[in-house]
Amino acid sequence: MVECLVTIKNRAGIHARPAALLVQTATQFSSKIIIEKDTERINGKSIMGVISLGATYNSQLKLIVEGADEQQAIAALVRLFENKFQEE
Amino acid sequence: MDKFTVLDLLQLDLKEHDALNLKCMAGRTGLVREITLPEIDRPGLALSGFFENFAFQRIQVFGRGENAYLKKLENEGQTDTIGRILSHEIPCCIFTFNINPTQAFFRIAEKAKCPILQTDLPSSEFSARVMRVLSNIFAPNQTIHGVFVEVFGVGILIKGDSGVGKSEIALELIERGHRLVADDAINIRCVSGNYLLGKGASVVISHHMEIRGLGIINITHLFGVGAIRDEKKLELVVQLEEWDSKKVYDRIGSEESIDILGIKVPFVIIPVKPGRNIPIIIETAAMNERLKRMGYDSAKEFSSNVMNWLETKSARAYFLEEKHTFK
Repeated sequence: MVECLVTIKNRAGIHARPAALLVQTATQFSSKIIIEKDTERINGKSIMGVISLGATYNSQLKLIVEGADEQQAIAALVRLFENKFQEE
Repeated sequence: MDKFTVLDLLQLDLKEHDALNLKCMAGRTGLVREITLPEIDRPGLALSGFFENFAFQRIQVFGRGENAYLKKLENEGQTDTIGRILSHEIPCCIFTFNINPTQAFFRIAEKAKCPILQTDLPSSEFSARVMRVLSNIFAPNQTIHGVFVEVFGVGILIKGDSGVGKSEIALELIERGHRLVADDAINIRCVSGNYLLGKGASVVISHHMEIRGLGIINITHLFGVGAIRDEKKLELVVQLEEWDSKKVYDRIGSEESIDILGIKVPFVIIPVKPGRNIPIIIETAAMNERLKRMGYDSAKEFSSNVMNWLETKSARAYFLEEKHTFK
């Protein structure tokens, strides 16, 4: 299991388009992906779950990945956050 | 397209406001003449002997005025202009108002092998109807492989490789109370350049379906006349595909479209996998399409609601942080 803290760097936060991108990336891996924000814990492969986090600019999320390809998965997800979800 | 002859025009199955009420009065041997243009001509100038730019390739419509002039010519013994008109390769002459042309006209027409038709409609109404009918026939068209159904009033063309289950899905939709327009070969026409009409490529086979294991079934007989329709506007194209776990499918609803005869039609790809209830997904797609046409786009509305929510949260967080400055 690997964990990682990430910060939302795109101004608009995680709205529909970034959420779709996140889920698309997550579903490419077989590992179980959990995203935590404050007290909420959701499945990173569910688009409605990701949107319902209401992750705004500068808020912090915790990614928890567990499975055979956990290293590649977390790297790919962190890259998305770093790239501001290809926005801006 | 096959040659469209005068005989085809007479044999068209037209109803109500499209009916032309044509019957052939003379020149039956000329019924094989081809109609090449979706236009009509009133032969007034030609009758008076002026043949420059005479549009002889068009259907010639004789109304009350033309007929009165014909009578006058005949009384004066000047039937040679009629001969000159009919010596051109005219597709056919049509007399409106149930007018009977004179015997002399009949004789010349028989000799020239030019078909003479008659209708009970007034000239203006006939012109409007024949133009509409002909422009429909001469509209650009294309035959597409698929199943064409009407779901909640939306014309949906279901495409996909053979064996993906198009017919079975259509059958389930019919079972659920929707209608079959045609199976297998669908003829799509672009009407007046702004919308598409689809119907079966052949009247004989369009309301039949081939179901693997059953063979050919007749939908009209099995499900009743309420389960079929002849023609429908094409409003949505659904492409069925075998589920490919590597392929990325649409998750939020984008505005994809496909080009058919120069018209953009909304297009969705639905992956098929055992256990997925495709008919219900197609029903939902149809309703969503109707909703969009009413001006409510679920995907866009959802997206903008999420954006607003995030913005409000963001602003609130900023305000709470800066609270101390209000003292």
